[in-house]
Amino acid sequence: MSRVRVLVGTRKGAFILSSDAKREHWQVTGPHLAGWEIYHVKGSPVNPDRIYASQSSGWFGQVLQRSDDGGQSWQPVGNKFLYDGIPGTHQWYDGTPHPWEFKRVWHLEPSLSDPEVVYAGAEDAALFRSADGGQSWNELSGLRGHGTGPQWTPGAGGMCLHTVILDPTNPDRIYVAISAAGAFRSDDAGQTWLPINQGLRSAHIPDPTAEIGHCVHHIAMHPSRPDVLFMQKHWDVMRSDNAGGLWHEVSGNLPTDFGFVIDVHSHQPDTIYVVPIKSDSEHYPLDGQLRVYRSRTGGNDWEALTHGLPQENCFVNVLRDAMAVDSIDQKGECGVYFGTTGGQVYASADGGDSWNAIVRDLPAVLSVEVQTLA
Amino acid sequence: MTNLGPSQTIRVQLPYHLRTLAGIKDAPGGELTIEVTPPPTVNSVMDAVEARYPTLSGTMRDHVTRKRRPFLRFFACGEDISHDPQDAPLPAAIASGAEPLLLIGAISGG
Repeated sequence: MSRVRVLVGTRKGAFILSSDAKREHWQVTGPHLAGWEIYHVKGSPVNPDRIYASQSSGWFGQVLQRSDDGGQSWQPVGNKFLYDGIPGTHQWYDGTPHPWEFKRVWHLEPSLSDPEVVYAGAEDAALFRSADGGQSWNELSGLRGHGTGPQWTPGAGGMCLHTVILDPTNPDRIYVAISAAGAFRSDDAGQTWLPINQGLRSAHIPDPTAEIGHCVHHIAMHPSRPDVLFMQKHWDVMRSDNAGGLWHEVSGNLPTDFGFVIDVHSHQPDTIYVVPIKSDSEHYPLDGQLRVYRSRTGGNDWEALTHGLPQENCFVNVLRDAMAVDSIDQKGECGVYFGTTGGQVYASADGGDSWNAIVRDLPAVLSVEVQTLA
Repeated sequence: MTNLGPSQTIRVQLPYHLRTLAGIKDAPGGELTIEVTPPPTVNSVMDAVEARYPTLSGTMRDHVTRKRRPFLRFFACGEDISHDPQDAPLPAAIASGAEPLLLIGAISGG
């Protein structure tokens, strides 16, 4: 019988929530790596007991942790994230050049085929790769150096590379997203990169349809259909059917299309989830009602999922890496999970129809990942 | 504490999180001793700490510039020496082991 393990990164440590396939009773362990900001925790799909965690603090900087026993114990690995060559400058908030400075790792993406290989998305924006289980890191500097780098600007949360997606059918294809530069694709395993922002429209930048400068919040892909991408931009939910070559808006009937998370159902490539947030000025759900919106049609037609979620006085946020799906198949539906800045982690075992809080009082949740274990 | 031939034994106090990271959370008095070639300096002491506990590399000083991380402070004999040159000799009381070199995290955050 399958089991699920939910890996939760919070402002003050990591937590691991475990259950059998019924997902009714949960065992909670943590805080692991207590007292530190854990931006992301993710396991290797090849060896699920190998888990990587990004641990950081304003005082002590970046630490990378690795577990080889499913999160029971952790060992610090390499934290030397050095930009390739002289990093140069990007644009600061006021438009002046600002030196590239490493701050932290936002996202870890273990390889789909080799447990020793893992990618790290960093602030200030860069993509790093390790081929020795996180002990040493090399920048894939073709991204930062492909030409538009000096024009990149930070979003409100910093200039972070927060999304890394590996194409399961093409080991040379990698997608990344950067706030606030946009989305990029490599077709040669990260050596060279192409901005893939055509079709995006961002009213807050001088040229709303510019090649770069878009505040992409998150991108999701279903592994069976790797050319189809779904994006939650700052404002707008977007879709591309040609690997990012062109995007079109699928916000449809959403009550607000600002938000951070977006994810795809495990068994239904056209079923997608977002959590609409009131606005870029007010980062909480509309009307104090926490609602996940689901589209069964790949966008445009959305339904509110509210059963089990607070429908009054709820003013939490759901951050960009804080939603995930399991791959348990229960009458065609998968499990869906998300965490809030109020410390709740909600789970649905029926594709979003109903929700329960696994935990309610964790530190602010920064990221949620799920492992489905045999 | 006594000088042992070409090296000196320096006492160093680390913050809780760095002791945890180094696997010495319960070190008596939060303190460790480290051998340093005289004259001891902030950099030579930090080099020796990092050599013994490689996981601390980059957590106290920048990997490349070796500059003190902004939210950390060095204290010696009750004085904040954070803005002194990191290659300046430490006070005699630190060099003799009479006093520890303190590495202190800024009182800030939530």
